[in-house]
This record gives sequence, structure tokens and C-alpha cells, in this order.
Amino acid sequence: MALVKLTTPIDETTIRELQVGDSVAITGRLYTGRDAVHHRIHTGTKPPVDLKGQIIYHCGPVMVKEGDQWVCKAAGPTTSSREEPYQWEVMRDYGIRGVIGKGGMGEKTLAACKEYGAVYLHAIGGAAQVCAASIKRVDGVDWMDLGSPEAIWHLWVEEFMAIVTMDAHGQSLHKNVFEESKARLDAMKV
Amino acid sequence: MSATAQTIERISPETNLFESILELIRRTSTILPDDVVRAVTGARKNEVEGSNADVALNVIGCNIGLARDSSLPLCQDTGTILFYVHTPAGYDQLAFEEIATEAVRTATKKGYLRQNSVDSITGKNTGDNTGPGSPVFHFHQWREPNVEVKLMLKGGGCENMNAQYSLPHPDLGGRDLKGVENAILDCVLQAQGQGCGPGILGVCIGGDRGTGYGFAKEQLLRMLDDTNPDPVLAELESRVVEKANQSGIGPMGFGGKTTLLACKIGTLNRLPASFFVSIAYMCWAYRRRGAQLDASGNVTEWLY
Repeated sequence: MALVKLTTPIDETTIRELQVGDSVAITGRLYTGRDAVHHRIHTGTKPPVDLKGQIIYHCGPVMVKEGDQWVCKAAGPTTSSREEPYQWEVMRDYGIRGVIGKGGMGEKTLAACKEYGAVYLHAIGGAAQVCAASIKRVDGVDWMDLGSPEAIWHLWVEEFMAIVTMDAHGQSLHKNVFEESKARLDAMKV
Repeated sequence: MSATAQTIERISPETNLFESILELIRRTSTILPDDVVRAVTGARKNEVEGSNADVALNVIGCNIGLARDSSLPLCQDTGTILFYVHTPAGYDQLAFEEIATEAVRTATKKGYLRQNSVDSITGKNTGDNTGPGSPVFHFHQWREPNVEVKLMLKGGGCENMNAQYSLPHPDLGGRDLKGVENAILDCVLQAQGQGCGPGILGVCIGGDRGTGYGFAKEQLLRMLDDTNPDPVLAELESRVVEKANQSGIGPMGFGGKTTLLACKIGTLNRLPASFFVSIAYMCWAYRRRGAQLDASGNVTEWLY
């Protein structure tokens, strides 16, 4: 388990070197994208930004406009499993190298991580202030018609911390923990 | 004017109520209650130093401090806004609802609450947390002279992990405490880390599907370290926590020893034909606070 510094956009070789259990510190641009964004892309609309080499953050932040500037007040991860039907397509079609979220994702995404070279990065759910502390600027926003939590926010982050829980080698911490915990709980059934 | 109307007018909430509710919302969104802080920070000693579980609990601890010190939301998902209000007979609940809703609008503008109310068909966000079903008010009358208001903010991630079981169930068992225990632990298994564990469960045995879920959520108003007065339920509560913490799911589903911080169980009578076990999964960011108010809406005591 290593601590790896990543700067976005990220190349495929760097991503394929990561292993489940590694910690990453990300610096550069992050784009938020959650339910409505994934659904809109899935139904044929092209993303308004170039996602090649980028990371999508499953997050619906609290944003407040102070003067002309948007300020991020809280920005932890949202549950990623809701994007399971769509995420693999975004990896295939737009060349993202990773997603940040919480709770992990399923088989389709795991297979896409392996095929296209991407990882799933787990931030600490609920830790909206720790996450927001590494967001240094809000550089823009697209698709505001979806409502603030669902829009694509362009964030500039420094040393945003996350843990690799699904890698490009087909490994998933979530799969392992589910199987192990199921076996243990089955053995404790009354 | 009739005597009743005069009474209602006399104890109508005044503008102080607006300030009291706004402050209640700020405190609930930004300062985790002491009983929850104790449980979640105390759990760290059970995890292996440097493990992912240890890292997760450390970050959670830092986050609690940052949110409190900067008066910003603990979690960006400020959740369903649930008010539980006890009022004396004759108190103007409609006025309370209007004023509290106005406080919710202001809290949203100030960034204590995220814009969280979305039309289910059009997807349009109302932008101020109001709309059909938001905020939620549960009013009860009581024979005390004062008003008690409790507020719970329950995020969508954990709300999505709630589960309701109908017993008997082919894999989980029959209409007895064993079936109940297996059902609760199945909910924990299915939730894994998706409800932002370590979690806290509110459980209702019985009721119909609607009252069961409602009563399960109300169990989360109990103090984390209290003991259920019913010894059978008290024992079931500790057994569930013990077994969940042996499951290895751990904080955030990273693996580890801290899967649940508590389990609170209540019962309602059921129909002979029905046996529901309803489970409300609460995340570690267990935001619930309350206040006692006098007749003019001033806070006389903060709760939790």
C-alpha cells in the first residue's frame, strides 16, 4: 500500500500501476457528476467539458454565490452505486481515468476499469469539510439547469485524499468485504 | 372572540420562534451531538492503527471538528428535514409550520442546508428546500406548557439503505425474535459501506408498512447510550451490534471492527396477518438536535 500523488489529467500507465489499498492525493481539476449528469450523457448528450484523462467526482456540493464567485461550503462524496448502469459507458466513450465516490461500484464498472484503464477512488462519506478543505477554487459550472447539487462543477483541488478500492487489475475491496462479511454473518444466523 | 380563540392567539408563536428554529437548524447541520461524537471517536481504539478503518475514523473525527469550528455542514447532504414537535393543546401548529418553513428557506440561503427538494417527475429543484413533503412535520400534543422541537437531518445515502422485511421470510426465518435478528443483520449486510457507516439503526417491529418506517426513524431520537426499558429488546439491541461488529464490514465498508455504533428497537402492535421489521439506517453523521421553547418561541433549553 503506497501513497501516490496524482495530477489531473492522468495517463493510462499511471492509473494501471495503482493497486487496491493504495492512497492517492489528487491535485488539479475535478469535475462533479452524479445521477442527472450520468443519465443525460447516457441518453446521448455530449459532456460540455473534455473528460479525457480526468476524474469525475460523485458529489452534490453545497455551493453559495458570494459576489460573482461560487464558494464551496461542503463537498463529500455521494453513493456511487446509482451510477453503475452508466459509468462503464463514460469510461469507454470519454476516456475518464477514475471516479471518486463512496460505497463502491459493481461488476460492469470493475470490468470497464480493467478494459479502459481506470480506478475507483473512495473518499470518506460524510466528511464534507475535510473534502472541501482541499477544494481551493470553483472555476466554473455547467448544466445548472439540473439544479445545484446535480450540476457539473469545475473544482480545483490540492491533495484531495482518497483510497483505491477498485483497480484496473480486476480487484475490488467491496467485492472482497461483501463476500467475507456474508460468510461471517451467515455463520452467526439464528 | 371565543375563549378558545383567545387562548390560541395568546400562545401563538412569535418572531422569536424564527430565530430559534434557524439556530436549531444551524446547530443540527454543523455540530454533531456529544453522544454521537463519543461513540464514533471512541470506536477508533478498536481498529488496527494505520488500517483503512483507522484512517476513515480519523478523517471523520477531523471533519466533526472542522464543521463545528467553521459553522459549516458536517455533510453536504443535509438530507430530509424532519421536525418532531410537541405542543400544548390550543397551540397554533399552522403558524409554527409557516415560521419553521421560513427558517428552512433562510438556512438554505445561508448554506446550512443544501438545495434538496426536487420535483419527482420534472426533476426541477425548488432551490429553497420547500415543496410537497419538505420539510416534514410530525406534530403531537402534550399536557406540558412548553413546546419541544426535535430536528433530524437524514441524508439520502443512508435513507436509501433503509429496509423493510415481511416475516416469515424464506431465508431469514419466522415471526419471532430470531427472524427479527436475522432480518436486521441482513439489512446491515446489504448496506455494507453505502450508508456511511459506522451506522446507527432505528428499528420497528410491527405496525403497518407506513407507521413501521416512521416509528423506526423515531427510535433514532433516543440517546445512543441509553438502555431499552424492555429487557428482551435491550438484549436484542446489544446482540445485533455485537454481531454486526464481528461481520468485518467496518467503517465505510473498508473492513474493520466498527460497523454499527448502536441499534434502537421499538415495537408497535401488528395485524394478525402482518409481521413487518422496518429498519432506518442512520449514517455516522447522525444529525439530530432539539430545544425546549417557551410560549413566545424562545429557547429555554437545548437538547442532546
